[in-house]
Amino acid sequence: MTTANKSEQPLIEVRNLKQYFYINTGFFKSTPLKAVDDISFTIREGETLGLVGESGCGKTTAGRTILHLYKPTAGEIIYRGKSIRTPKDVEKFRTKATMVFQDPYSSLDPRMTVADIIGEPLDVHHMYKTQEERRQKILELMDHVGLNSEHAARYAHEFSGGQRQRVGIARSLAVDPDFIVCDEPVSALDVSIQAQVINMFDELQDQLGLTYLFIAHDLLVVRHISDRIAVMYLGRMVELADADEIYNRPLHPYTKALISAVPVPDPNVARANKRIALTGEIPSPLSAPSGCPFHTRCPYAKPICSESMPPFKEVEKDRFVACHRVEEINS
Amino acid sequence: MALLEVKNLKTSFFTDAGEVRAVNDVSFSLERGKILGIVGESGSGKSVTAYSIMQILAGTGRIVSGSIKLDGQELVGAGESVMKEVRGNRVSIIFQDPMTSLNPTYTIGQQLMEAILLHTDRDKKQSWDRAVEMLRLVNVNEPEKRMKQYPHEFSGGMRQRVMIAMALACEPDILIADEPTTALDVTIQAGILELMKDIQKQIGMAIIMITHDLGVVAQLCDEVIVMYAGGICEQGTAEEIFYNPCHEYTKGLLRSIPTADENGEKLQPISGTPIDLLNMPKGCPFAPRCDNAMKICMRERCEIMQINEKHMAACWMNVRKAVKGE
Repeated sequence: MTTANKSEQPLIEVRNLKQYFYINTGFFKSTPLKAVDDISFTIREGETLGLVGESGCGKTTAGRTILHLYKPTAGEIIYRGKSIRTPKDVEKFRTKATMVFQDPYSSLDPRMTVADIIGEPLDVHHMYKTQEERRQKILELMDHVGLNSEHAARYAHEFSGGQRQRVGIARSLAVDPDFIVCDEPVSALDVSIQAQVINMFDELQDQLGLTYLFIAHDLLVVRHISDRIAVMYLGRMVELADADEIYNRPLHPYTKALISAVPVPDPNVARANKRIALTGEIPSPLSAPSGCPFHTRCPYAKPICSESMPPFKEVEKDRFVACHRVEEINS
Repeated sequence: MALLEVKNLKTSFFTDAGEVRAVNDVSFSLERGKILGIVGESGSGKSVTAYSIMQILAGTGRIVSGSIKLDGQELVGAGESVMKEVRGNRVSIIFQDPMTSLNPTYTIGQQLMEAILLHTDRDKKQSWDRAVEMLRLVNVNEPEKRMKQYPHEFSGGMRQRVMIAMALACEPDILIADEPTTALDVTIQAGILELMKDIQKQIGMAIIMITHDLGVVAQLCDEVIVMYAGGICEQGTAEEIFYNPCHEYTKGLLRSIPTADENGEKLQPISGTPIDLLNMPKGCPFAPRCDNAMKICMRERCEIMQINEKHMAACWMNVRKAVKGE
């Protein structure tokens, strides 16, 4: 997809965001687990920003912290030029920014009807005057996501995975948000259902002018839906660029390895692909390596990489990479 | 003679809600040294097919009819003593979740040696050496030290390597891998798949790779079976299945996934919802979701038919094409 028709206006700005969890490692001793460590980026109005990385890289935590589901350890979230600070800001922000969760089985209350699940955000934020208005709004939302009005009185367990995810999406749309964090919204679904849900995200974006932060580990899906893609490793952002650019010409060594490992559903391409093998395992975020977090597995690592943290800098227009040797290894 | 020959296999689960035909008339054969991929969605019967070969079905499940021949020896109805010989020794299986398929209370070494002691004449010392050798084969660093560690000290990718080592310790003829990389990250997955391919080349066993990921199949498999609702839709070489799909379900699947040469076009999803095995339609099980379904599709299930020497499919569209000379 192109970014040509999308605005360049930032909707959300994330500045030096940190989210540490303190883990008890002994009596009266705790060590910070740096789930998200100093990330900064902007999300433009109307775009889909894909956020990829392997398990434990902090992508989900980043998404949740942006919505203030966790209180950020440090840093700022700026929505339409205004920083979110006070609890009042947060409450107001949550009528504009919502979330779709990964697991459509555990994210819906089994004791509530679909209508009540979708209507709950309306109740919480007092967004209707009469019951009739509430009912109308719920039916309208169900229509948006392709559910029949007769489904309203049913319970979540009566639905298949794909339909449940539609309920989750309808709930996230209830407060008329303009920003949705989608946390692995299709990875729990069957292959033949994934495309239905992905297309729905596309259509809703066109109809309602939504902005998405789309978190997923399936690179082909992320590339399909995103305008730009950000790659995280061990709590840090290592690369951010246009979706096709990053897929066809990754600059950071980790992104290169990640993209070369994607199983492409085409035998000739898959067999011709040269995979860049990574040695070793992802280090524990409790004892992240010094300097560049990737240097322990990086095929291009030099002494400087273990000494200082590479800055996340713009190496080309709209293209950010955090690597000391980015110019050398790509020339 | 084929190494493994499955003929008209039917496996059902007898539940309170009725008989669930999880595998419904499945036939295929596997040659020595080949990698066969079985793809399908959840509930398509791909795992149950594998469990039927191993005869490790859950309590309510039973092979209703059909034949499974390993090197000419019939396994259906062969009895537990024969199956004990087969399992682990001639056919091994690795499961999806490396976190739960190892016993947390035994060391990796004890678990690896158990299979070797049970199935070969090696004594304890020799079994230890063999286990270390296997760990080395699957690229586990410092295998002697790792032998004394417990599963929780291993990462997901490492545990899956241990599972592979365990499955291969007795040099089976067939390795069944049931979604072996689904729980792993993509860079780790790539490593495991490469490892499986390398070992397969070295040892020359056959692999049955069960997965829902068409990318994994494209990378690894020589031959592919596509399953839907307990039956085989289509089978053939990987090239045939990916470049010349002849069943509407396979075509739909390939259209609905994002590909490498992304062009910004919309995905074309398969409509409808996955099938309910308790309420199977009369005709082709895919007909209710098929955009090109004809009257006959609703009435009668299509037999699997030869498309060419490397390819078979069970779809009435092919008959129509042949009749109309399209």
